[in-house]
Amino acid sequence: MSFHAPRLPWTRRRSQVIDPDLLLLERLRAGDESAFVTLVSLHHDPMLRLARTFVSSHAIAEEVVQDTWLGVLRGIERFEGRSSLRTWLLAILVKRARTAGGREARSIASSDSASFVAAVDADRFQSSGAWGAPPEAWTDDLEERIGARALRDQILAALADMPERQRAVVMLRDVDGLQSEEVCQVLDLSPGNERVLLHRGRSRLRQALEDEIGAIHT
Amino acid sequence: MRFRRTPSHIWCQQVVEMVSDYLEGTLPARDQRRLDHHFTICPPCSIYLSQMRETLRLAGKLVPEDLSPEMEQEFTEVYRRWREES
Ligand SMILES: [Zn+2]
Repeated sequence: MSFHAPRLPWTRRRSQVIDPDLLLLERLRAGDESAFVTLVSLHHDPMLRLARTFVSSHAIAEEVVQDTWLGVLRGIERFEGRSSLRTWLLAILVKRARTAGGREARSIASSDSASFVAAVDADRFQSSGAWGAPPEAWTDDLEERIGARALRDQILAALADMPERQRAVVMLRDVDGLQSEEVCQVLDLSPGNERVLLHRGRSRLRQALEDEIGAIHT
Repeated sequence: MRFRRTPSHIWCQQVVEMVSDYLEGTLPARDQRRLDHHFTICPPCSIYLSQMRETLRLAGKLVPEDLSPEMEQEFTEVYRRWREES
């Protein structure tokens, strides 16, 4: 993964008149092999990252993704467009990944919602609840000053450190740009749970960046 | 940093726990207004808010690598397997 200009089909706004996925889907139904490969390439990385949160190895995650696409092809006539194509296929992926992950996935699901973790370390506040060690403003040119690669690596490392459901929520919502309702559908979460997981994950991401950026300032 | 008591009684330590919901627009209207107000009077919290916005902007710029030629080949085979069975 790397930083690039925003790509089309995973853009976060729904202002586009025509969903590129649906055009590809039309071509796919008409038997166009290249449409399939294009569709796969547009969704592959998010799918692989999502699958990886449920299973223990990259190889198994790749199998889950392939298996999902085969399932998508077999069910293609049943797709009615009530949800977006990506929501539909990510939901299929999660079902398969959970099966593949088996007991592992269930123990993960129950382990990451247990205790309260503060968004910002309590040490940084006075006992009154006001800031003791407040955050310092970041420069506007972070990417030039610190380097896009260093920032990206920091984000990826923070994501890798997160409990699995938290990581899945942040990736889908903030990296892949799904709407929160879509995230809930894909991961079978209540809106309240989704918000809590998102909040915790985002707080960790911000802290990870602050650690990196603070180190440059001093 | 001085102790700040806003008219709506919310502390910085509570604010940081609500920032994600604030950005999602899912806070109850009353809390949304309390935070709006807090950000106008508390520079550190408004810095925190900008940092969170910047964090989300950077996360949204992580994008996938292109599919490798090997993977393209594998998926072409997935497609052909499906064509044969249907
Ligand atoms: Zn404050």
